[in-house]
Amino acid sequence: MASLATLVQGGGQTAVEGGHFEPFFPGLVVLLPLLGFLANGFLALQHARASADAVRGGAELDLGDPSSRPATHTLPTWIGPGVMAVAFLITLVNFTRMLGAHLDEPVILHYWTWIATGTFTVDAALQLDQLSMIMMMVITGVGTLIHVFSVGYMKDDPGYPRYFAYLNLFVFFMLVLVMGSSYALMFVGWEGVGLCSYLLIGYWFSDREKADAGKKAFIVNRIGDVGFLIAMFLLFKNFGSVDFVPVFHDAETLVYGGGLVTAITLFFFVGAIGKSAQMPLYVWLPDAMAGPTPVSALIHAATMVTAGVYLVARSSVLFALAPLSSAVVAGIGVITALFAATIALKQNDIKKVLAYSTVSQLGYMFVGVGVGAYAAGVFHLMTHAFFKALLFMGSGAVIHSMHEAYHATHNHEDPQDMRNMGGLKAFMPITWVTMWIATLAIAGIWPFAGFFSKDEIIWYAGAWAGAENAPYPQLYTVYWILALAAAMLTAFYMTRMMVMTFHGANRTGDEESKHLHEAPPVMWVPLAVLAVLSVFGGWINVPEALSSGWAGLGGILPMGEWLHHWLEPITAQAHHIQEANLGTYSYYAPFGGGEALWAAISTVAAGLVVLVSIRLVGGRTVVPVKDDAAEMSGFAKVLYNKYYVDEFYDRVIVQPILRASRFCWKVIDAGIIDGVVNAVGWGSKGIGWVVSMFQTGTVNTYAFILTVGVLFVLGASLF
Amino acid sequence: MTSLLDSIGYAGWALHALIWLPVLGIGLVLWAEEERAKNLAFWWSIGVFVLSLGLWWAFDPTSGAMQMETTAPWIPAWGVNYSLGIDGISLFMVLLTTFSTSIAILGSFNYIQTKQRAFYALMLLLEAAVVGVFVATDVFLFYVFFELTLVPMYFIVGIWGGERRIYAAIKFFLYTAFGSLLMLVGILFLFWKAKTLMGMPTFAYEDFLLVPLTGTEQLWLFGAFALAFSVKVPVFPFHTWLPDAHVEAPTPGSVILAAVLLKMGTYGFLRFLLPFFPLASQHPTVVTTMLVLAVIGILYTAWVAAVQPDAKKLVAYTSVAHMGFVVLGIFALNVNGLQGGLVVMISHGISTGALFLLLGMLYERRHTRTIAEFGGIARVAPWFATAFLITALASIGLPGTSGFVGEFLALMGAFESHPTLAFLATLGVIFAAYYMLPMVQTVFFNKLETDENRAIEDLNTREMVILAPLCALMIIIGWNPTPVLDRMEPSVRVVIERVEEAGARAAASDVLEAIPPVEVTQTLDPEDMNDGSAPAMTDGDE
Repeated sequence: MASLATLVQGGGQTAVEGGHFEPFFPGLVVLLPLLGFLANGFLALQHARASADAVRGGAELDLGDPSSRPATHTLPTWIGPGVMAVAFLITLVNFTRMLGAHLDEPVILHYWTWIATGTFTVDAALQLDQLSMIMMMVITGVGTLIHVFSVGYMKDDPGYPRYFAYLNLFVFFMLVLVMGSSYALMFVGWEGVGLCSYLLIGYWFSDREKADAGKKAFIVNRIGDVGFLIAMFLLFKNFGSVDFVPVFHDAETLVYGGGLVTAITLFFFVGAIGKSAQMPLYVWLPDAMAGPTPVSALIHAATMVTAGVYLVARSSVLFALAPLSSAVVAGIGVITALFAATIALKQNDIKKVLAYSTVSQLGYMFVGVGVGAYAAGVFHLMTHAFFKALLFMGSGAVIHSMHEAYHATHNHEDPQDMRNMGGLKAFMPITWVTMWIATLAIAGIWPFAGFFSKDEIIWYAGAWAGAENAPYPQLYTVYWILALAAAMLTAFYMTRMMVMTFHGANRTGDEESKHLHEAPPVMWVPLAVLAVLSVFGGWINVPEALSSGWAGLGGILPMGEWLHHWLEPITAQAHHIQEANLGTYSYYAPFGGGEALWAAISTVAAGLVVLVSIRLVGGRTVVPVKDDAAEMSGFAKVLYNKYYVDEFYDRVIVQPILRASRFCWKVIDAGIIDGVVNAVGWGSKGIGWVVSMFQTGTVNTYAFILTVGVLFVLGASLF
Repeated sequence: MTSLLDSIGYAGWALHALIWLPVLGIGLVLWAEEERAKNLAFWWSIGVFVLSLGLWWAFDPTSGAMQMETTAPWIPAWGVNYSLGIDGISLFMVLLTTFSTSIAILGSFNYIQTKQRAFYALMLLLEAAVVGVFVATDVFLFYVFFELTLVPMYFIVGIWGGERRIYAAIKFFLYTAFGSLLMLVGILFLFWKAKTLMGMPTFAYEDFLLVPLTGTEQLWLFGAFALAFSVKVPVFPFHTWLPDAHVEAPTPGSVILAAVLLKMGTYGFLRFLLPFFPLASQHPTVVTTMLVLAVIGILYTAWVAAVQPDAKKLVAYTSVAHMGFVVLGIFALNVNGLQGGLVVMISHGISTGALFLLLGMLYERRHTRTIAEFGGIARVAPWFATAFLITALASIGLPGTSGFVGEFLALMGAFESHPTLAFLATLGVIFAAYYMLPMVQTVFFNKLETDENRAIEDLNTREMVILAPLCALMIIIGWNPTPVLDRMEPSVRVVIERVEEAGARAAASDVLEAIPPVEVTQTLDPEDMNDGSAPAMTDGDE
């Protein structure tokens, strides 16, 4: 084990030739959230013990108001967000230093040898490069904001310190995931964040449904993890290593489009499908909304679920070598984007809308990395982290307010159902404005962040279809059309959500609405910060074709294709492979027209959808849940019931496995195997019984048997 | 540390002491007063454990050969010697034994209320016998210890067990005795061969390695030995004694059974099966059979475990699944696989031992093991829930715990040689979550409803002292297994090289029947292992 000094500083660095990048305590970025976890975890257990005594004494709730207890409230309040803020500052220093250096090779910091068997070695080592740096910025930056927001949101929760312990632990594993210098270490983070997701979804574990949701997330994720493991085994078998640097170096020996690289990438993608909630393994994510809302913002929108996109971007070299796998990635992505968007059209739970929206947007990111636009995928990952974290936290502010309104009036209505909302803009103006900004961003309206990132993804899908030697050009044309269609659906369901929540007449109830209120500053300030990022965040990567034209305000938007250039050291090798095999990308969309034209068309179309749906949804009468007796029918009902996918899985997979398990136990194990064993046992007992008949203890009998035996032997010897 | 150990001549007497100190302890415990027996036994076993820790430093990690070897004639007429030794494989088994025994004894303080002296005496006898199994380098001596372990375990289950304890004890005894009788026949066959070869009777391990065997002989003997060890492991379909034995055994019995007794089977694979019968061990049919049984064990028992209403039976079935990973790793027949298998053995010993302890603590509080009876007790027993969760996660191989390192390496090794079967085995990762998480949820999460569950007490100090080192080890080995792997690697290589060499020679002479005449002295010679050069050949073939 390394000493604390090397743990923080990092032992023998390698590959720093590229520039003058001096890492600034990068180990601390990982270590701080871990220390936060340990401190908060200890406080949580102390608190839980005291709380357990109260429960045993008959209290229905755990401890009443946790804010009265400094050890379990004040300390976690400072430790939880505190370690995040410091980690973010350290990341920021590293980021600015990397900005100044022109790093061609990743900086690898070795801490200790993790596993070494003699034929297989993997180190506990961190990799600092442009990609991990972007991820670190998003994780610690957005993470800090969500931690701060949580201070307000979770204020009255009896498990307050436990909440921050889990949240800190999550950040630790997430940082291991993106900073690890090998697939094996990435897998540590990969399953670690899965564990934290499990713990946080089931955070209110006394509620069976919530505990079930956590369990479902873990098990479904593990299906994907098998893919990740197999991909690692294939890498080791063929390269003798699972470290990024040697694997990507040796990847050049692979045959373009060969079976091996296709298998490796497809297995990795199975892992990504699980973690990033893509078809057909997306089912855990909507259920994951059972967790506290800031958790949904951090884990199930901004960071963990994007790990699959990070995985593909990190493995860009391998995916560029496997056009079939890339087509699968983009195909699954676009189908998921469209499929989830249709479900979002009919959901009434505000968090469910956002959950399906997240599944859909993740699909976009996979379209990006699937069409070889790795920087575009990461770009959308980043802007999505801003606006989706904002949307989730905004919905959290709404739910918080609704919950207090119902709580104060002892009403048991659902505070998350949008049918109970309406007209909230009067009560929560800041939340309203910031969420509209995020909505316009996700809808792809110029000049908000989502416009640039989404446009770039859709554009590359079309451009791939027109590349010189593109495999499956028609397929990519279809992808391009579907991605455009899903963008329109996004604009619709998001506007519907905003209108149902904030506009029109209030449906919360006359008495109840008196208790509705704006979120406190500790909650709205993070919203405001993210709102700023949702506006300007996209400007760091204005496509070249747009920056000089209307979209870049004639070159006023300053950054140009900054992110694209920033990630070049990571993506260069993949682009090199693509150029060698695909030829140059087309400068025209499948039906003609350049990037600027199609960007204009899509933003105008999205803007129209927003306007139309404001009229459409605003013109409809929505009634509160308790008055809503309307039966849905036809396709609307299918959408409302999410295509019955959960029911289908239950019938086709879950129940048969349970039945098979019982069969194995009752019939094979207890019946056949134990039957044979017991039969042998009874058999030998039976023989024993027969033999014991001869042991009468009577000398006469023995003498008789002896005589017969002797005669028999003698008789036998005569012949 | 090393010089201190040298100055007291540690290497010369340590192994003997690890067998005979517990035996001496038996006398003391039997002689002590009834209520003092447990404390005496505990501190005595702690003494033995501390003594065994010296092995870590006294052991030369660069050598794969037997170390600290001592020998004395026992039954000269049969060539039986009392000879002991230790290598990188047995080192950890011995440490696991002394550690688990202390933990198990401390874990029986509440559970065992009757005939305490007898109980603790049997625990110490068990410790002596198991240590003997792992350090014996005379095959006869090994067999004696191997059979001797049955006796205390039989009584521990039969006297302090649950309602069906007699059935379970007899099933356990007959199952395993049946297996080992065939092995005895095999040992005797090898003995005659060795006697002919050496010109004198011998049971020495090294001598048995020299016995030339035809391919057919190897296959038959492999069968006899494999059956004995497979019952012990247990390998599917010889596993049905285990759930019964576990369910009926008292907590400490289950702990020892899971932590070390099962390992005698896989230890036998590594120590005897592979080195004695290298050709049979790599015969494609044999390898495939063993791997298929391992995969079935992993998947099938995971499914059976998932639907168990009794928590202890559930964990018992998961043991079979875990041991499936060990067998998978061993018959991968490569360095990663064997090392992975060994780490799973250690990790399973720690985590499953801890699970049985935790379930025992739960049983002491609630007098039931039926999962459905519980619910929501994380609210009243948070430390308990935390310890259980950590253990459960280590058991299902979450990265960052010992379970992951072992399973990962075993699967990786198996994938190198048999990708398809390894792929199927990897599915076990899913089913591990499928059997473990519902149990964790039903017991610790969900609503806290009944008064009995509401009254459950959290861990007390003694229980924390038991669980803390176990949980710490799970995490330490998970993050830094290298010191363990380093010490195993040379010995693992000895086994692998022996198998590979035999295979290479058989291939060279193009006759499967041909078995290398003399080839083993080198593999046991530390000098050769150190410089890594190919061992000198005596038959001039190469």
